[in-house]
Amino acid sequence: MEKILEAKDVLKVYENGVIANRAVSIAVEENTIHAVVGENGAGKTTLMKIIFGIEQAQDGEIFFKGEKVHIRSPRDAIRIGIGMVHQHLMLAPDLTVAENMVLGNEPLRAKLFLDTDRAGEITLQVSEEYGLQVPPNKKIKDLPIGVRQRVEILKALFRNAELLILDEPTSVLTPQETEVLFKTLKNLKKQGKTIIFISHKLNEVKQIADRVTIMRDARVIDTRDASELTEHDIAQLMVGRDISFERIRAPVTLGESLLSVRNLSYVNDEAILVLNKMSFDVRSGEILGLAGVVGNGQTELVRILTGLLQPSEGEITLRGENLIGLSPRRIREKGLCHIPEDRMEDGVAEETTLEENFILDRYYKPGFSKGLRLLWKDISQHSRELIEKFNILAQSTKTPVSALSGGNIQKVVVARELSSDPDVIIAAHPTRGIDVGSEEMVHRLLQEARDRGKAIFLASADLDEILKLSTRVIVIYNGGIAAHFQDVSKITAGDLGPYMLGVQREEAVSGKVSA
Amino acid sequence: MEKFLLKYFTLIRVIIAIGIGIVISVFLIYLTSQEPGFSLRSFLLGPFLTRSRLAHLFETASPIIFCGLAIAVAFQAKQFNIGAEGSLYLGAAVGTAFAVSTNMPAFIHIPLVLLIAGLTGALWSFIPGILKAKWKASELVSSLMLNYVAYFLGLYLINYHFRDKEAGFLVSFKLPETAWLARFIPDTRIHYGIILALVLAVLVYYFLYHTTAGYEIRSTGFNERFARFGGISVFKVIILCQVILGFLAAFGGMTEVMGIHRRFLWQSSPGYGWDGIIVAIIGRSHPLLIVPASFFLAYMRVGGRVLNLMSDVPAEMVMVIQSIIILLITAEAFLSQWKYRITVRQAERGGAA
Repeated sequence: MEKILEAKDVLKVYENGVIANRAVSIAVEENTIHAVVGENGAGKTTLMKIIFGIEQAQDGEIFFKGEKVHIRSPRDAIRIGIGMVHQHLMLAPDLTVAENMVLGNEPLRAKLFLDTDRAGEITLQVSEEYGLQVPPNKKIKDLPIGVRQRVEILKALFRNAELLILDEPTSVLTPQETEVLFKTLKNLKKQGKTIIFISHKLNEVKQIADRVTIMRDARVIDTRDASELTEHDIAQLMVGRDISFERIRAPVTLGESLLSVRNLSYVNDEAILVLNKMSFDVRSGEILGLAGVVGNGQTELVRILTGLLQPSEGEITLRGENLIGLSPRRIREKGLCHIPEDRMEDGVAEETTLEENFILDRYYKPGFSKGLRLLWKDISQHSRELIEKFNILAQSTKTPVSALSGGNIQKVVVARELSSDPDVIIAAHPTRGIDVGSEEMVHRLLQEARDRGKAIFLASADLDEILKLSTRVIVIYNGGIAAHFQDVSKITAGDLGPYMLGVQREEAVSGKVSA
Repeated sequence: MEKFLLKYFTLIRVIIAIGIGIVISVFLIYLTSQEPGFSLRSFLLGPFLTRSRLAHLFETASPIIFCGLAIAVAFQAKQFNIGAEGSLYLGAAVGTAFAVSTNMPAFIHIPLVLLIAGLTGALWSFIPGILKAKWKASELVSSLMLNYVAYFLGLYLINYHFRDKEAGFLVSFKLPETAWLARFIPDTRIHYGIILALVLAVLVYYFLYHTTAGYEIRSTGFNERFARFGGISVFKVIILCQVILGFLAAFGGMTEVMGIHRRFLWQSSPGYGWDGIIVAIIGRSHPLLIVPASFFLAYMRVGGRVLNLMSDVPAEMVMVIQSIIILLITAEAFLSQWKYRITVRQAERGGAA
């Protein structure tokens, strides 16, 4: 078969000296679905950004349809027929679907004004041509994420993309939405398009891809026909060793409720009811999973539990003591810690050293300071212990956080939070965007904490993670609890989907909320 | 070699920037002067050639150090308060008013006057602080506006209530000798203010890098959300760092009055607050780097004055030359491409992770 795209010996080094692509070569055959898999940080996204012109390689060549091309910007890429759908969708939320479709290519009326009708027609026409339904006159912000993604795909097709790159398209979708996406992609293939599909979910790759390229540590490890490989093979090639997918065993003993939430509601600045009378308990010795499509109130819930946001009404107690209205520091002192969903925003100060990051919640306590004076020797010693105990790859305690990889930065956050010896652990997306090795470690640490009798609240967009770790699961939809599963061992991701989408709603499936 | 370049990149960049600045100055001087060799010598070597000019270097650096330290404390918390000038002016005016209306032994008078001036500055700087902390009003705008208010308030206080009518021009009464900072090098005006500035540089360094409050200020500066997340009271930090700024600036302004002029004679704002911003940027807000940065700026200023006095280079061109050199030093992205290329080569060789 013809090769539509070929990249040879691509080298990419980022400003901070991190090598993202090292002599990477890849060939994509026309009219196939080609998966690129690898752990986070393996260089998949960078390679795609180079092909799409967002990043420039230091070395290497790219051939498109047999001709050597120099792609200096996305504009160049679009011109020759390459389209990309980003992980974080690039649509203007306040514009309609049709307006987004024609953005940059607007049909004009009197050479000046946007011809809205024509834009609508174009949208319908393209939508029909490819069998992808979208509502042309709705604003993007009013659409579910799956439909937004469809708009992005259509937008690329409207610009005559023959090669479509999708960067982790399923990471934001529910299992049901993922199936719809896959049907779409198979259809597009039938119509002669070529698709590059980036993922680190192996079952998806097996389900949809014709060819698979595996990347690890900034290199291409292998490219093979998908049919030649099992999921297990791909996983091993990705990680370079054997890994387990098994759910952790259930806890032996469950203790009393440590964290208790009653009728918690939150109305945001725009008068939207984000959380609606949520009630739940987290008991000593269990992990309570919170599943849900991103944007259903998880972020706000976590911020309220940790004192970073004030709820509109409701109660939160830790061992019976009220937490509402207390400062984040007072809440931490009562025995709660927080692994934040965005480690770069909340979890670390990346410009400064590891040790300054480690002492964030304890610098004023004895052992770290005396009166006003910081005890740097003791702080360094403490930091060395954490680096060793949590297996953080860093040259010294004075290394700036920005010099570490994503997985190691997350370990810094986890090390600080877990070493404060909390009773309650609030973990939001604790393994998002980190490598499998670090992920395994974080999971093991959470399990160990659970077994020591901690109460753990785990909010995650990754259903596999929820199912692997949780003792019980609650599903959040539109700020309310849509379902409550007491026994995780009997359910699959597919069982959670309808509740996450709000298709089904069950008032506390297994009866009452345990108190 | 390349590793060395990466490690000392900032220092090397400053040196190259100064070099380029000097080359441009040479060019400009050749363009505007009849006797370029002499002019150049006046500018570059002038500040070192006579005892009085050398002394002038120290006298000029002293208030700049205070203001640089003041600005640095706020900048470390990423609070862009540029009100050092206003605090300095009003603090010095109030300090002067207090000094001329009281009479006490020097060992009480001197610290008390400095304290009153400092507290006035702190109180003044508290205003943009509280506006920012409570209502998220940009401290950049409010401190800038307050500079004018401080200027006219200070002017009013001195010209209407403490003006020395005996003197031939608009100045305050002379400070009583008990409120003078002694000059300790004969035949110069170098006074104990410079010693206080150096001591304060060390104290501010210790405060920022070795105390819990300093840690709170720096953490807030690195990432405000991170600080809040960890339980630091960002509200407190925003106010604290700006109050310290006002105190240090006004303290420095007062030493200038007590050591050099011995009366308040600034009918226009002296501009040390602005110089403080420049040295804070050159010194990357590090208290110990503020000192050499201030001496460098003083060197530029004195060189400019010498050039202006001794040669035929017009005063306007002197300002242009000074500004170009400062501009080159403060440009963060200057030579970043070069650094990037070295980084790439190092990475290819496996020198970096």
